[in-house]
This record gives sequence, structure tokens and C-alpha cells, in this order.
Amino acid sequence: MTLKIIASQCTSCSACEPECPNVAISEKNGTFVIDPKKCTECIGHFDEPQCAAVCPVDNTCVIDTSYPRYQPPA
Amino acid sequence: MDASVQHEQATIPDGEKLSAVMQTIAEHKGCGTSGGSGKASCGSGAGQNDLPPDIWEKVKNHPCYSEEAHHHYARMHVAVAPACNIQCNYCNRKYDCANESRPGVVSEKLSPEQAAKKVLAVASTIPQMTVLGIAGPGDPLANPEKTFKTFELIAKTAPDIKLCLSTNGLALPDHVDTIAGFNVDHVTITINMVDPEIGAKIYPWVFWKHKRYTGVEAAKLLTDRQLQGLEMLTERGILCKVNSVMIPGVNDKHLVEVNKAVKSRGAFLHNIMPLISSPEHGTVFGLTGQRGPTAQELKALQDECEGEMNMMRHCRQCRADAVGLLGEDRSAEFTTDKIMAMEVNYDIDSRKAYQAAVEEERVAKVVAKQEELASLAGQSSDIKLLVAVATKGSGLINEHFGHAKEFQVYELSTAGAKFVGHRRVDLYCQGGYGDEDSLETVIRAINDCHAVFVAKIGGCPKSDLLAAGIEPVDQYAHEFIEKSAIAWFKDYLEKVNSGEMAHVVRGDAEIRQGALISVA
Repeated sequence: MTLKIIASQCTSCSACEPECPNVAISEKNGTFVIDPKKCTECIGHFDEPQCAAVCPVDNTCVIDTSYPRYQPPA
Repeated sequence: MDASVQHEQATIPDGEKLSAVMQTIAEHKGCGTSGGSGKASCGSGAGQNDLPPDIWEKVKNHPCYSEEAHHHYARMHVAVAPACNIQCNYCNRKYDCANESRPGVVSEKLSPEQAAKKVLAVASTIPQMTVLGIAGPGDPLANPEKTFKTFELIAKTAPDIKLCLSTNGLALPDHVDTIAGFNVDHVTITINMVDPEIGAKIYPWVFWKHKRYTGVEAAKLLTDRQLQGLEMLTERGILCKVNSVMIPGVNDKHLVEVNKAVKSRGAFLHNIMPLISSPEHGTVFGLTGQRGPTAQELKALQDECEGEMNMMRHCRQCRADAVGLLGEDRSAEFTTDKIMAMEVNYDIDSRKAYQAAVEEERVAKVVAKQEELASLAGQSSDIKLLVAVATKGSGLINEHFGHAKEFQVYELSTAGAKFVGHRRVDLYCQGGYGDEDSLETVIRAINDCHAVFVAKIGGCPKSDLLAAGIEPVDQYAHEFIEKSAIAWFKDYLEKVNSGEMAHVVRGDAEIRQGALISVA
């Protein structure tokens, strides 16, 4: 799985962008998006996904269940 | 210093007048003070030396730090810092109305390069623009690269503009050296509590070192970092103002403790502001029905803290992209599209010449006040009352009653006229208020005042005001505010003393909230 940003909730505050350890977040059409290929849910980096922890709007950076769970390299 | 000494200094020959008057101000208080009480217009009872001349020199042209300066000098904020590292229950970043006036809200974000261009465009158009602040709409120090890049660009192209920033303080200790390195000499920290138990009711969480903290733990972290940052700044000689939001039932009484804590750590000015909490803003406090203070509750708290240190009472709680004098917003003239199309000719010399003219106007105002004050010497009375003034700026009674978007409020006593606040009376774009009788709005906002000074007023509002017990005064049209207010107060005292009329105590007044309908 990966995280995704609910565009209708995003305030474009940019707080998540520099926090992402994988540089997976960028601005697109006025809001921010997470590249599912780069997102690791912060597993191995931090205790909690950084985008969700810093986001000012609850339930905006959420797990995208359409992707398989991230598997950290052995 | 008594009033007669001031009078002497104010009437010495022209050549020496300016420096003498400035020295009088500097020695006395710093914020355009007057009168035997030793209270400045932005207030302090802590003694004559609580604002030394070197600090006065730094703040005298800063509208956000000197009440006296805000009539004459303008500031602008550039919205380069959208990210924030804490959550406050009085803030909601999600909704922006272009006509809204409250902190944390902007219409468009700028890159540092756009911001630098905007500053030059505004400074070329508004020569009294002396101060650039970065206040968000998030926290400047949660966006350190953007904030400091903006300072760097502006320091290069417009070195005469003062730089300042306003922060929640969480990241402050990490950036104090950089702040000092950019010659930022004014920093505002918003401190709403020094007790984490109270903080937990104001801040749901803070984000620090890759972790979201909540509850008392979050508030403890925040208050420790804020006070540490404040100490580090004042140690380096950087002027610090502390902003506090007054939230009745949550931190209102506690702000007296906050006042002591920040004073002991070197803050030179404390600005206690009323909570803005309309439900349509969607803030936690707005939705839970947490009320803001009344005008008299706010004033009583400010008065209580004033014995400890200088209090600021002229804050307009402006937007993070505001442009112009406090109380006016010209940001609509300087949208990104417009500034990018503007030819900018930044001429330091013409700005200096303009500011010299402003300084003359300002000195004339101080002299007028001091002369009138001298005539009050010897009078003694326990009467203290408030009057409202309609003004467009420059320290003059120069606004028509019906055109006023706000009234300035002065407290009059035998010690003189002291600025104690302002009351917004503009209309608001919120449901239910559109059809409201605007005269009723004004009366509710200045209901604690005995008189309202205007340049002009129509017959109808005049009789309605009289019926509400507020005397409309238009005989001092286009004259200096303080001088006129003192003259009127003298007449008032004479009438009361001669038995011609009785002094009555007025009630409380309402602090208006909500979104401002732009009239520009």
C-alpha cells in the first residue's frame, strides 16, 4: 500500500512535501500528490507516515488500499 | 516629567524642535506618549525607562510595534510560508474568502522571487511602506528556506526596508542565528499559555522532529521551545513582541501569568488580541461555540497587564498578505498578475524625502497634543471615560461618520488622552448580517463610549446617537485627535463640576467578528 492525498481536502500548504523521506510528493494542478511508486509509508524511516502526521486537515493523507502493502527490502 | 516641562520643550525654536520632541518621547515612553501619568498611548506604567532610546529608534517607524507610528507608516506581509508545524483551535487554513480579514488566510501564495518583486512594487507605490513581515499564512519557520530566501532577496534590492517575522515559536530556537544574520530586528511570537494543561485546550497537536505530539505533551514542548526562543532572541538584542489570543474561560485569567513570563524573558511589547471564532470559519472554537471577549473584558485584561509592560492595543489582526497602513488593506492592488506587469522604479531618495515629510507631520501632532495637555494641568478628577474617533489616519479627525469602517477609542482622564483600542464597524459577508441596520452596528461597537468625534455627520444618525447616550462631536473636524479629545474633556469636566450635567458610567461594547467586505 501507499498513501494518497485526497485532493478535495488538500489546502496546498506544502507542509508534507519536505517531510517525505522518499521525495515522493510534488505539486500537481494546485494540490499535492504522492507518487505510489516512491511511497514506502515511511516504513523503516519513521514511526508514522510523515505526510499524515504534518497535514493540517484530518483524513487527507490516507492509505490507498488499491495498492499492495509496501514490503521493506530484507 | 510633568506637563509644563513638556510644554517648554515643545515650544523651543524650530531648529531644535524635532530632536527635542523626539527626545521627550524617547525619554518618556517611546510610543508617542504624553501626560503626567507616564502612560504611553500604546501604554505602560512600568516606568519611564522601560523603552530606552535605542529601542524607540528601532520601533518608531514600525506600525506593528508603535501605536504612534501606525498612523503614519505602512507594512506589508508576503505569503511565502504556507506550511505550519502546529495546529491551533482558532485557526482553519481550509477556507479562504478574498474579502476575509483574519490571520492565517491569504488569497494567493508567492514564491520568494515573486515576493521580492511585490515588495519593490509596493514600496515604489507606497513610500511610507517601511516594514516587510513574513507571517504565514502558516509558520515562517516551518518554511525556513522560503522565508530566508525572501529576506535575502529583499535585503539586496531594498536595504532600507525593515524585516520582521511572526512565529508560533516551535522551530524558533533552531533559527535564531539565521534570523540574527539577516538583521531581522523584530520578531513576534504567539504565546497563548505557559501552562501545558491550558495549552492542551488550545493546541490539538504539534509536529516536531518527525513526530506528531498531542495533548499536554505537545503543549509542554511548545511552551518550552517558545520561551527558549524568546530568551535566545532577546539575548541577541532582537526586539520581541508577544501576541496572545484571549480565549474567555480558557486562558483569559492565565494571560496575566503569560505576561509576567514573557516580560521576565525580555519581551518589550505584549499584544493581547480577542479570539476570532465565527462558526463559518470552520475552526474548532468556531464550531464549539467558544465565544470571544467583549470590548470591556479585553480592555480590563490589557489594563491589568499594563502595569507589567508595554501593551499593544492597535493590532488589526490582519491577513498574512495584508498591504498598507494598519486598518486598510490594499492587497487587491498588488496581485501577482498586476505586480508582474508593473514597471518598478525603486528610488530610495524619494522614499526618504517622503518619510521626512511624514516625520514633520508627526512632530506637529505631538506638539499639538502636548500644548493642549499643558492646559489640563492642575485639573484633578477621578472621571475616566472613552471616546470614539473617526479617522483616515495622520492622527486627524478626518473621516465622515457614515464612511468609517472602524473607530479608534481613546480613554480620557486628567492624565490626558490614551489610545486604548479600535472597533470595527464594517459590514460582513456572513449570513444574516447583510441587512442589518448599520447604525445599530456602530452603536453596539462603541456603546461604552461617551462621545464620537467625526469630521461630519448627518442629522439622522446624530439624533439616534444622542438617544443612545453617545454625544456626536463634529466641531473638531480635521484637527488633531488627542488635542481635540483633551479640549473636549476639559469642557466635559467643567460641565460636570458646575453641575450642568451629571457624569454617567457607560456599558459594555461588542467586538465585531467575521469576514470584512472589501470596499476597495
